[in-house]
Amino acid sequence: MLPRSQVALLSAIAMAGLLAACASRIDDYFALIISNIGINVILAVSLNLINGYTGQFSLGHAGFMAVGAYTAAAITMFGAPKFAPAFTQGAGVHALFPIALVGGGLAAALAGVLVGAPSLRLKGDYLAIVTLGFGEIIRVLFRNVDSLGGALGLNGIPAYTNLFWVYAFAALTVYVVVSMVNSTYGRGFLAVHDDEIAAEAMGINTTRYKITAFVVGAFFAGVAGGLYGHSILTIAPTGFDFMRSIEIVVMVILGGMGNTTGVIIAAVLLTLLPEGLRMLAGAPVSLPFSAPFNNLKWIAETRMIIYSLLVIVLMLARPQGMFSWTNRRATKPKV
Amino acid sequence: MTEFAQQLINGLSLGAIYALIALGYTMVYGVLRFINFAHSDVFMVGSFAGFYIGRGMPKESFATGFLALAGAMIVCAVLGVTIERLAYRPLRNRSKLTVLITAIGVSLLLENLGQFIFGAAPKAFPTLFPVHTFKLGGLVINSSQLVVLVVALALLGALQYIVLRTKVGTAMRAVSFNPQAASLVGINNDRIISFTFALGSALAAAGGILYSLNYQAIDPLMGVLPGLKAFVAAVLGGIGNIPGAALGGLLLGVVETFVNGSRFSTFTDAIAFAILIASLLFRPAGLLGKMQVEKV
Repeated sequence: MLPRSQVALLSAIAMAGLLAACASRIDDYFALIISNIGINVILAVSLNLINGYTGQFSLGHAGFMAVGAYTAAAITMFGAPKFAPAFTQGAGVHALFPIALVGGGLAAALAGVLVGAPSLRLKGDYLAIVTLGFGEIIRVLFRNVDSLGGALGLNGIPAYTNLFWVYAFAALTVYVVVSMVNSTYGRGFLAVHDDEIAAEAMGINTTRYKITAFVVGAFFAGVAGGLYGHSILTIAPTGFDFMRSIEIVVMVILGGMGNTTGVIIAAVLLTLLPEGLRMLAGAPVSLPFSAPFNNLKWIAETRMIIYSLLVIVLMLARPQGMFSWTNRRATKPKV
Repeated sequence: MTEFAQQLINGLSLGAIYALIALGYTMVYGVLRFINFAHSDVFMVGSFAGFYIGRGMPKESFATGFLALAGAMIVCAVLGVTIERLAYRPLRNRSKLTVLITAIGVSLLLENLGQFIFGAAPKAFPTLFPVHTFKLGGLVINSSQLVVLVVALALLGALQYIVLRTKVGTAMRAVSFNPQAASLVGINNDRIISFTFALGSALAAAGGILYSLNYQAIDPLMGVLPGLKAFVAAVLGGIGNIPGAALGGLLLGVVETFVNGSRFSTFTDAIAFAILIASLLFRPAGLLGKMQVEKV
């Protein structure tokens, strides 16, 4: 008999297969939204390992995503046709795509080491700025590599992403993060989050834990980037800017830092919200007394204003996040 | 040689602007020990205040130019104090991470409100000051560059005077040195913190107007990059250290201008961050800062 968590993982992957089997019956638009939800879940849960459980505030998740997206796209667009053309058609695609995704993830993980190793000696604000700077540097680098399309980016990426791969990797991400944090080893992440100096005094190698968090988080961000690229079929450096990182950070904050369930709920809601607002904006409204609301376009325009207000109000009133019902690990004041 | 001197002048005038913004970061860090992410957007609001005031002016002259400058500085000082009062003061004793996230939230709020109110499209900034071009040997000096340098230097001098010679400046230094001890000797910490925000935000507004005079186009997201670079300047000079911020700003401006003039010009935006990472690795306390030991 397998442990419960592994049964959960396997059944989640089976569900992903089932979902993918029904995909042909789903409207393309909804299928895209469902796939985006899965990708955002991967991003938010992996960032939650860094920002939430380990308490290292990173603003560079879009940078890792970019590394993964470009690497995976390079593998399927340039690498495979040249070295293993058999993989580019028929059933070979099913083998090539996960390899490309893992390749993208590994490249992002390598970037995670490169950023993590020097900058994790920094704390709080400095780390946030350095990771932000790293995200910008990645973007500038990709803009200057002509073989990867420069500022225009890569076009014509094969459409390999389907709901099975998205949800299989989403399940894997949740499984890895949850198992890691709940293991004996994983208590170290929480110790680093709660009090770094005390953790160090107890003999915990805080730097190692921080880098592990960065590497694992970056790996899954890279996988998500690969899925994203093969889903929208065109990637450009501007798609991985600071605002993209912020979107993921908002999901983590809204869900509650260090609360995987909450973060998943937040990722789903925040992916659906703009689409819902867009639909509202298009729909004619004829409620009584709704004169000022007849045109709901303003709601769609104010989405980011709502997000930012939400972040401020949450921090003032409910720093443990919207979906944390237990106050077990709410951030405590530091003296 | 002339090209070198020309680039140096361009670099200094850009650096002076970075220095003005960096001072806001460094002063707030000095009294509250946190990075005010919203500072770069106060800079943007300053530019827009200058834009609307300047557009209402009949004709550009030095008097109207300085009037617009002063107006924008007052608008931003009020804005800075309001932000501190509403968003940061209730969090005074909370964890650093909470304050940091709030600051990012305020920054996003200002950017998106800016896009909602002012519109996302770039606007042409009016010429607030009369423009002349001086030729000095092979050098071409624009009068707006001179205005930038003169105004920046004057403001830096005024700030230095306020911090070192006045009573409120002494109180600022006391709060920065030890907040508990400062309140024991009768300093109202909240008032000093408000004053610091007002001062820093006013300098950011001045920086915003000077920046817009040089670049002539403003939009609600204009603050992001200069803000980040000014932060780099503050760290490079030693955060919390006022002369350090000025030095860091000037250095960064010069380096960036020279890179921009070389064949690596497309990498300009990455240079600032490379400098930041290098300075944090090799000299985390900054050029003029002192290393501090963390006490438990």
